[in-house]
Amino acid sequence: MSMLTISGSPHVHTDDSVQKIMTGVMISLIPAALVSFYFFGLPAIILTLVSILSCVAVEYLIQRFIMKEKPSVTDGSAALTGLLLAFNVPSNLPIWMIVIGAMVSIGIAKMSFGGLGKNPFNPALVGRVFMLISFPVQMTSWPKPTELSMSLSDAITGPTPLGLVSEGLKKGESMDSLMNQLPDYINLAMGNMGGSIGEVSALALLLGGLYLLYKKIITWHIPVAFIGSALVFAGIMHLVNPDHYMDPLFHLITGGLMLGALYMATDMVTSPMSVIGMLLFGVGCGVITILIRLFGAYPEGVSFAILIMNAVVPLLNKAFKPGRFGVVKK
Amino acid sequence: MRLKTFKIGGVHPPENKITAQEAIKSFPVPSTARVMLHQNLGVASVPIVNKGDEVKVGQVIARQEGFISSFIHAPVSGIVTKIEECVDASGYRKPAIFIEAKGDEWLEGIDTTATLVSEIKATKEEIIRKVTEMGIVGLGGATFPSQVKLMVPEGQKIEYVIINGVECEPYLTSDHRLMLERPHEIMIGIQLLMKATGASKALVGVEANKLDAIELLTNVAREYPGVEVHALKVKYPQGGEKQLIKALTQREVPSGKLPLSVGCVVNNVGTAFAVYEAVQKNKPLIERVVTITGKGLKTPGNFLARIGTSIADLLSYCGYNADHEAKIISGGPMMGKAVTTSDIPMVKGTSGILVLEEGVERVAIEPCIRCGRCTRVCPMGLEPYLLAMASSKKMYDITESHAIMDCIECGSCQYICPAGRPLLDYVRLGKSETGKIMRSRK
Repeated sequence: MSMLTISGSPHVHTDDSVQKIMTGVMISLIPAALVSFYFFGLPAIILTLVSILSCVAVEYLIQRFIMKEKPSVTDGSAALTGLLLAFNVPSNLPIWMIVIGAMVSIGIAKMSFGGLGKNPFNPALVGRVFMLISFPVQMTSWPKPTELSMSLSDAITGPTPLGLVSEGLKKGESMDSLMNQLPDYINLAMGNMGGSIGEVSALALLLGGLYLLYKKIITWHIPVAFIGSALVFAGIMHLVNPDHYMDPLFHLITGGLMLGALYMATDMVTSPMSVIGMLLFGVGCGVITILIRLFGAYPEGVSFAILIMNAVVPLLNKAFKPGRFGVVKK
Repeated sequence: MRLKTFKIGGVHPPENKITAQEAIKSFPVPSTARVMLHQNLGVASVPIVNKGDEVKVGQVIARQEGFISSFIHAPVSGIVTKIEECVDASGYRKPAIFIEAKGDEWLEGIDTTATLVSEIKATKEEIIRKVTEMGIVGLGGATFPSQVKLMVPEGQKIEYVIINGVECEPYLTSDHRLMLERPHEIMIGIQLLMKATGASKALVGVEANKLDAIELLTNVAREYPGVEVHALKVKYPQGGEKQLIKALTQREVPSGKLPLSVGCVVNNVGTAFAVYEAVQKNKPLIERVVTITGKGLKTPGNFLARIGTSIADLLSYCGYNADHEAKIISGGPMMGKAVTTSDIPMVKGTSGILVLEEGVERVAIEPCIRCGRCTRVCPMGLEPYLLAMASSKKMYDITESHAIMDCIECGSCQYICPAGRPLLDYVRLGKSETGKIMRSRK
C-alpha cells in the first residue's frame, strides 16, 4: 500500500496561479502591442524585447548571485514589468537607456525591497520616472507614427498631443488652433499620435482591459475610479474655462491615462486590498493626474499620480478594512 | 427564481457531485465495530460496558458526561471484546469500544420498520429527553449534542428553526440523497424540532444544484405547516451556520454570539431525520448516511452504514485501489480531515469519505502578490493575508484586534490564493494561540 498524503484543509485549490495572472496580463496587452508595432515599427519591437530580456536577466542575476535564492523568473512578473516599462517610453529611446531603466525597475524598485510582492512602488513606473529625470531629452522626443516603418534610422519626432496643447497654451495660442493641428479624435483613440510605445491606442488598451475584467484578473474599482474622477475633474475645469482647459475626452484618449488606469494602477502588489481603499486610490490617481496635466510643469502626470498614490496604499489598507460579518458599522 | 445567498465573500469550487444519482444502499453490518468514545463536540462519553459483555443493537454502551456530551449506543449486536485505543480521523489514538458482531439482534422497543409515524405525541420535554437518550448530535459535521441546542434558555425565544440542506462541500451527496429518499421523515423531524424549541416557522435551505430535492421538499412541505423550502445560490460556504441564517433571514449573528441571539437554531437535514427516528421510532443514532466518493473509485455511492464500520471496508466495497497515491479525506475537500490511514472507524460525524488521487500534493508556495482575493472571498469579512502573516510572526495582538476568532475555517482564502499560500494553516495556528491568550486574561 502506498503512503497517504495528509495536510490541513482545504484539499482542493483553484487552478489559478501567479504565473497565470502574469501571463493573462501579458496576453491582454497584445492588442496594444500590435497597434504600437504597426505605428512605430521595428524600433518599438526591439526596444520591447530588450526591455523584457533586461528585466528578466536583472532579476535572475540578483536572485542567483546577490540574494542567493532560487530564481523565480518563471513566474512572469519580471517579464511583465519589462513589457510595461517599454510601453511607457518613446520607441526611439536608445537601447542602453532602457537597459538602465530595467536595472532601476527590477534592481532598485523591486528586488531591493525583497522581490515580488514586497515592493511599495510600481517597478515599471519607478524605472520610467528615473529615466524621465535622468534623460529628459530622449524621454520626451516622440517619433511620429508612420505606418509599418521598418527603418531604424532617425524618425521624425514631435510632441505628444498633450505636450503640444500644454506648450501651445503657455505660449498663448488658442485652444481651437491647437486642436486643429492634431488628428481627429477617432485617429487619436486608435493610437495615431506621438507617445510612449504602449500608451497611444486607447481603444486597444480598453480591449485588453475588458479581457482582464472578464478573466477576473482585475476588478473594475481602480480603473473606473481613476478614469471617472479624471473625467469629472477635467470636465469641471473645461466647463469653467473651455479656452484654457482641454475637454475630458481629449484627456481620456491622449497620454497615458488608459495604460495607467488599466495596467499600472491595477498592479496588485502596489494597490490597496479593500474595495473602499481601491476606489479612493483610483480617485487619488485621477485627480492628481489632471492636476499635473493642467497646472504642473510636465504635460503628463499619470506616472507621478500613481507613484504618489502607491505611497498612500499602506495607509489606505490600514484605514479601510473590509466590512466584517456580524459587526454593525459605526 | 431569485436565489437567496449570503452577502460577503464566498467561492465556487468545482462541484463534482458524482454520486448524486446513487440511491442510498444499506452497507453490510461490520464483523467488528469500533465505537469511538469521543464522537461529539464537548466532553467524551464514559463507557458503561465491560470486556466480555453481550450487547444488543441500540443498547447504551457509553453515557453522557456533563452537559455538552452525548450517549453512545451499540451499533451491532455481539460481545464487547476490548476497550482500547484506536486511531481516528484526527490521526491520534483515542479510546474505543470494540464489539465483535454476532447476528443482528436489536434491543426491544425500537421500531425498525419503514412505516412512517407522522402523528407527534411527544411533548416538548419528551422530545428533548429522547434526543438526549438516543445520542443525537449534529450530523452536518460539527457533532454538537443536539439536545443542548433545543434547550432554549429562559427569556430567549426561537423564531426560526433553520434546516441546513445546503451541502455546499463539493463531492458530498449524503444529505441530497436523504432529502430525495426520506422527505417525509425529515419534515416530521423538523416539526419535532419546532415543537421542542417553540418556533413557529422552519426554513429549509437547499443549494440550487439540487433542484430535484428542492422541488420534492417544496411539494412535501405543503403538508407540514410552518415549513418553507428555499433555493439558495450555489456558493461555498453557503452551509456555514452564520451564512445560512443570513441567506434565509437576512439576520447577521453578531461576532462572538450564537444563532440563538438572532432567534434561530440551525440543524442539518440529517439531524432532522435522526430526531425523527429517535422520537417517533425510538431508534438511537447507530447508523448514518455516508458518501463514499472520488474519481478513482470504481463504484462510488451513498451508504447507510453503522457507526464503527471501518472506512477501509467502505472504500474497498467501492473499488478503492490502495496502490494509487492518494489523499483520503473524512468529510468534503474544503473542510474535511485528511486521514493517516483508511483503517479508522466511522463516527457520528462522518458525512463522507473522499479519495483524491489528483492534486494530492499542494502547489508550490509563492510570494504573496497582495491581490486581495483572500480578503474578497472571506465570508466573515476578515483579512486572511494579514492574519496569516501576523500568526506566522507570532503577533497575536494583531490577530486578536483583527478578529481572528471570527474565522470559521471554511478555507475559501487558501482555495483562492493564486500564490498557493497556506493561509488557513497559519490562521488555525493563530486562532489557537490567540484563543489561549484571550482565555488566560479572563
